[in-house]
Amino acid sequence: MNDLMSVVDWSRAQFALTAMVHWLFVPLTIGLSLIVALMETMYYRTKLEKWKKLTKFWMLLFGINFACGVATGIILEFEFGTNWSNYSWFVGDIFGAPLAIEGIFAFFMESTFIAVMFFGWNKVSKGFHLAATWLTAFGVVLSALWILVANAWMQYPAGMEFDPDQMRNVMVNFGDVVFSPVAMNKFFHTVFSGWTLGGVFVVGVSCFMLFRKSNREAAMMSIKLGGWVGLIGLILTMYTGDGSAVQVSRYQPMKLAAMEGLYDGSVGQDLVGFGVLNPSKSLDNTEDPMVFSIDIPYGLSILANHDANSFVPGINDLINGYTIVDGNGETVTDLSYNEKIQLGKKAQEALAVYQAATERGDEKAREEALETLRANYQYFGYGYFSDPSQGVPPVGLTFYSFRVMVMGGGYLLLFFIVALFCVYKKQTWLDKRWVHWIGILSIPVVWMVSEAGWIVAEVGRQPWVIQDLMPARAAISAIQASSVQITFWMFVVIFLGLVIADISILCREISKASKKEILK
Amino acid sequence: MTLSALQTYWWLLISVLGALLVFLLFVQGGQTMLLFQKNGMARQMTVNSLGRKWELTFTTLVVFGGAFFASFPLFYSTSFGGAYWLWMLILVSFVIQAFSYEFRRKPGNIFGTRFYDLLLFINGCFGCVLLGVAVGTMFFGADFVVEKGNLVNGSAPVISSWTSPLHGLEAVFSFPCLLLGFTVLYLARMQGSFYLLNNLSGDAVVTSHYRRTMILNSGIFLVLFLTFLAVLFTADGYEYAADGTVSAVQYKYFMNLIDMWWFGALFLIGVLLVLYAIFAAIFKPSKTNGIWFTGVGTFLVILSLFAILGYNNTCYYPSVADVNSSLNIANSSSTLFTLEVMSWVSLFIPVVLIYIWYVWRKMDSKPITPAEVLEDDHLY
Repeated sequence: MNDLMSVVDWSRAQFALTAMVHWLFVPLTIGLSLIVALMETMYYRTKLEKWKKLTKFWMLLFGINFACGVATGIILEFEFGTNWSNYSWFVGDIFGAPLAIEGIFAFFMESTFIAVMFFGWNKVSKGFHLAATWLTAFGVVLSALWILVANAWMQYPAGMEFDPDQMRNVMVNFGDVVFSPVAMNKFFHTVFSGWTLGGVFVVGVSCFMLFRKSNREAAMMSIKLGGWVGLIGLILTMYTGDGSAVQVSRYQPMKLAAMEGLYDGSVGQDLVGFGVLNPSKSLDNTEDPMVFSIDIPYGLSILANHDANSFVPGINDLINGYTIVDGNGETVTDLSYNEKIQLGKKAQEALAVYQAATERGDEKAREEALETLRANYQYFGYGYFSDPSQGVPPVGLTFYSFRVMVMGGGYLLLFFIVALFCVYKKQTWLDKRWVHWIGILSIPVVWMVSEAGWIVAEVGRQPWVIQDLMPARAAISAIQASSVQITFWMFVVIFLGLVIADISILCREISKASKKEILK
Repeated sequence: MTLSALQTYWWLLISVLGALLVFLLFVQGGQTMLLFQKNGMARQMTVNSLGRKWELTFTTLVVFGGAFFASFPLFYSTSFGGAYWLWMLILVSFVIQAFSYEFRRKPGNIFGTRFYDLLLFINGCFGCVLLGVAVGTMFFGADFVVEKGNLVNGSAPVISSWTSPLHGLEAVFSFPCLLLGFTVLYLARMQGSFYLLNNLSGDAVVTSHYRRTMILNSGIFLVLFLTFLAVLFTADGYEYAADGTVSAVQYKYFMNLIDMWWFGALFLIGVLLVLYAIFAAIFKPSKTNGIWFTGVGTFLVILSLFAILGYNNTCYYPSVADVNSSLNIANSSSTLFTLEVMSWVSLFIPVVLIYIWYVWRKMDSKPITPAEVLEDDHLY
């Protein structure tokens, strides 16, 4: 049992490491592919060589980054099988389809047309080349769609039912899987955040050019285009982020409670604008969860339900269950975790009875067991818990990551507005060193914000691999913890080498470009 | 369509993807010859020729895995989770390829060009051998047990378990699996030589070099391939009955080739095409299009091998630990609904193949020359 738990933790660590490293590259691929396609479109329309040269410069940086995204992406696909083999069976009938479709539609499109992007300048017509660049950008987004459909399904399982004869979940409605509200929102939120990151990267690198007092025209052209892509991307990220908060409140209330460090919810719940968590707070004591906080009155109720009078449950409410009349006079209720655990165990026992009855051909017992299973299946995953506290995600990491994401997003809004104001109205400001530094230092900031967003989404949903149906501990492979430890450290070494080399190459290419006029 | 028909259809698609993947391993084969290439221009031309195709092989591998996951998830779950070390080594050997082309000549790459060439060599050698070993376990068996009832066992809920403590590494020490691994490696090296002969032009030293490697690797490949066929066709296979029970059948794979004579015919045509390409290239040095004959030949042979592995009530993943845990296309597939949805999606595969063919026809209309390698501003 201890080894099992250790395998769970190491498998989690390995998957989290891979996902975080993968996410260093993917949003830049999403953002830069769009920006490069827009630049080449400008070249195609204006026939000006400077747009072609600018396109080629950013395309070079795109290519370096793209290869790293490919390298880390395949690891995630393998790890679903190698480290989460039980999961692969339990939901493979549903989860596998988006992965296969991603490969057939998106990966082939990217891998075919990216070759034209890089090697086709003198081999195909301008129109064909432009089409290849747009198709690469489209392929990148298409890839994001299918993998996010798969990810969203894990957070909000839809379009499926449990088949006790096969001991797995099976797909019954593909449309519900693909077009689930969570999938659509997650897709747009993620793609727009990629535009934001790409925009900051382009503006930041352009500021470096200006810092080096070179490529002024190229930098101005890039800041204009990158600034608009980033600003539009950020506004849309904020809009979809608001939709995401409502969905989290509805489908993953424990995640929302962790995001807020909220233990005891209330009607008209305040939002913690800024705060520090009390490190000694736990489920077992009644200490104040916050050391200090600056609250926004009614903020969380509005964020979660778009209703200032709504009730938002805290961790204790969810653990203990609640029946509350909210500010609108409506009664909201939920079972306690202990009750859910009992119902989950009842579902699992019914499944075992169903199996035994099937083997001995006892139709009556089979029907009764099936009825019990279906009535309680929504709590199936809780049956793997022995204690309600196992259903609580890491509060600190989720809470602080949420704040980094939101506050960072606010800063980036200001950043883009100022960048666009400077480039259109006050270009002299772009000659100031401190402005250059802000631009350059905003590059790591946007990556922190982007990674923080995924930490909120993925750490906040723990312990679930599939919300309410399968916790991580039931999703693993039957391997030794030592095996996963070895591969974890192996990946640490590979990723360190990869990231260091990637950053080094990017810096060298940018530095090299800053020593010449890239438009000439 | 019935579930059985869709299972048959999806095994065919898996076989097609597997056959395409093995054909495209010419990239890996070419990489194994890169590290020891002394001629600088030859090395540059080779790496830039292979570098434009690596993503196609890589993507086919990813799609092969994704399609297997979607259509036969119990295999994905059982094999990947059980043969952990084998799949991890395959994974790492391909991960290191993905960035090596892009990084190898870039300033600031930290480790130097030779390091990335070494990674490409490792990918070429180990990637091919290990993939062959993994497929070998599908013919000759693996050490696993499947017990779906474990799902409700709170302390050990995993349904598939591996009985060997080596978790897949034991296959590396299995003679038939290793034999298949080396056969795949030398097939890839032969194909790599054929591909480079066709794709590079204008340098007599380069052409002569790859003619020599083609002849040498073709010879080794033929010896390995014939040995593998002898081992495979005299081996027992496992057959499942209508009630799911599994039994060993003598010469099962050979008998499958006879029973499904149409695959037997494709197999023979494939072998003849490969032999024709080899002898034509040896006796007619001006002939450089052998890759198309070996390519089609390889595709047909691998397609036929996958067919005799999965069809005719054959267990495509026999368990040597518990024969009744063996996987076949009937007991390991996705449901009728999922396979139907996926089958609609699969109708777009010809569209994908057509645009890939169209694009590369345009891009490869002229062979790569030394001048192009010197002038291009995006070089590997």
